[in-house]
Amino acid sequence: MADIANVAPATAMPVEHVQDEAPPWYTRILGSFIFRRVLRAFLTIFFVSTLTFFLIRLLPGSPIEVYINQQISQFGYTYEEARNQAEALYAIDVDKPMFLQYLDYLNNLAHGDLGMSLTASGTSVASIINSRIWWTVFSVGTALLLSFALGALLGMVMAYKRNTWFEGALSGFASITHSIPNYLLAILIIVTFGVRLGWIPFTEMRGATSSGQPVEFSFAFIWDAIYHASLPIAVYVLTTIGGWMLLMKSSTISALEEDFVTAARARGIPEWRVLSFYVGRNAILPLFTQLTISIGFVVGGSLLVEPIFQYEGIGQRLFEAIRRRDYTLLQGIFLMITISVVVANLLADLLYSRLDPRIRSGKN
Amino acid sequence: MNQAVLSPEIQGANDSGELSEPVTQRSYWHNFVANNKVGTAALIVLAAILLLATIGPFFMADSNPSDGRDVFASPSREHWLGTDYMARDTWHQIVRGGGSLLVVAAAAAIMSTAISVVFGALAAMIGGKFDATVLTITDVVLTVPPIILLGVLAAFVRLNSAWLLALILAVTGWPTLLLAVRSQVLSLKEREYIEAARMLDLGTTRILFREVLPNMMSYIVINFVSGMTGAIYGQVILYFLGLVSLAGNNWGLMIQQGYAQGALNNRDALWYVMSPIFMICVLQLSLVLISRSLEDVFNPRLRES
Repeated sequence: MADIANVAPATAMPVEHVQDEAPPWYTRILGSFIFRRVLRAFLTIFFVSTLTFFLIRLLPGSPIEVYINQQISQFGYTYEEARNQAEALYAIDVDKPMFLQYLDYLNNLAHGDLGMSLTASGTSVASIINSRIWWTVFSVGTALLLSFALGALLGMVMAYKRNTWFEGALSGFASITHSIPNYLLAILIIVTFGVRLGWIPFTEMRGATSSGQPVEFSFAFIWDAIYHASLPIAVYVLTTIGGWMLLMKSSTISALEEDFVTAARARGIPEWRVLSFYVGRNAILPLFTQLTISIGFVVGGSLLVEPIFQYEGIGQRLFEAIRRRDYTLLQGIFLMITISVVVANLLADLLYSRLDPRIRSGKN
Repeated sequence: MNQAVLSPEIQGANDSGELSEPVTQRSYWHNFVANNKVGTAALIVLAAILLLATIGPFFMADSNPSDGRDVFASPSREHWLGTDYMARDTWHQIVRGGGSLLVVAAAAAIMSTAISVVFGALAAMIGGKFDATVLTITDVVLTVPPIILLGVLAAFVRLNSAWLLALILAVTGWPTLLLAVRSQVLSLKEREYIEAARMLDLGTTRILFREVLPNMMSYIVINFVSGMTGAIYGQVILYFLGLVSLAGNNWGLMIQQGYAQGALNNRDALWYVMSPIFMICVLQLSLVLISRSLEDVFNPRLRES
């Protein structure tokens, strides 16, 4: 009875809709979920990049002040001379009000120009980012996929083997690794296995590739890249896998309770088939949105681990840029981080609204 | 209709009934210890760390003089955990270095929980423009790289005061919790007793504080604990990047000192670097395990088959 009562209005709804609405095409686009969501993403990117532009300049000590002081004390220039030199070198107008600098930045950005790096003069921000970011995408991306696949698998096994020693051991492992931040684990690995025990030749593993190894499509190069990325990858995987395991475990447990699983079992479908096709496929759905969100943190997630391992990715460059107050480079890298986070969130939302139509229509 | 109006009264009576309180409380504890051996162990570990950090310093000398000879020494009878790069006792620093970390973490967690509970719940209850504004602000704060936000704020405020440090950590720590509270309230809002309270026109504030929040207490407690772990990470990062004043005793500061003094290339520095890392990890682990056990207790469905 209750079912019929519920179904009736649901089937009646679309009919009603068709009758009283015939809005022009532009209202339909403006009102659509996707349009609103994309608009919000753009606004967020704009707000955040504006905010970071000013925040970066609020950090104490500017690169130009540092340079001017150095020139005065080293070569005995007058303040005027030193400042002129700094201006010529850094291609930034020192006296320009910050707001006008901001307009310049926006104008350049609209032309796709990220400007020149302040501390590595003569090199464009875009080329620095381009030379570093792929190593980070490679190492963090590989780690993300590895950790997701392994974590989902182990989490599913944990759900099936509930209340056994196996589950206890795995969930202990997940809790421990989950509670160690990645930079502390990196220090731990270097100090114990690298320095004390000498098992890992970590000085040799510094950098993204060995010196003299050309970038080419060959077995030697790929092997070398994997060798140098292995320590960061191991740290990322170990510190994130616990989260995936626990998420997949609880997701699988709730999927196991669904009626269609009982029905499938009752129909005599083999257990392995039930577990992989009926439970597994449904349990992993919520993890995919989480995975999409994590993709956004690929660029920013390497800030502390890369300097510790001396891995030449974007995180190590960012660490340096913060310390040397390289405004333009910081802006560029933060813009990359912002865009990747916002776009990943947008994708996750769109994916989710595809999977769950209730989200699309808004609340209630 | 009548029954729907009556039900909040019954619900309220159950919630705030003074008579039944002690019984439920004892059974909670009983439940917890009986079903959560891991959680109980974690509580004991946390209590031990708290005792060490609060009472321990009273048994230590105020000053920690350099031993002069042994830099990065291994543990001995004099120095239980060895010495640091200036040959000062490591155990001394461990005992005295936990207090400020814990106080700041707790204060930050209280503040960020308060911000996210009040605004998250209000956004869900009021909806409309207010909700949209709160969501947009949350989006922006979530996307600003936290390191830079922490760094700038830390540079502006002279971080000598523990309260300011806590405030800064709270300012960057609230968004995820706010989103969680908001969605929780959105689902609670649809329950019958809330609807009934609204029909009685009890007012948003009253509904929020008398009907919605008491039913979310378990959730809030769990999130307070995870807020603390977040605040501990945040502090250690601030120390590690050298953005906080580098004076006094603190586990985070010890890690930074170890890193800066070349402990990563020194075979003998193992004990000095390991000690604070071990303490922080054990503290974090106990907090994570406690919050997970609380979840089990408050949400028994997770426990049973």
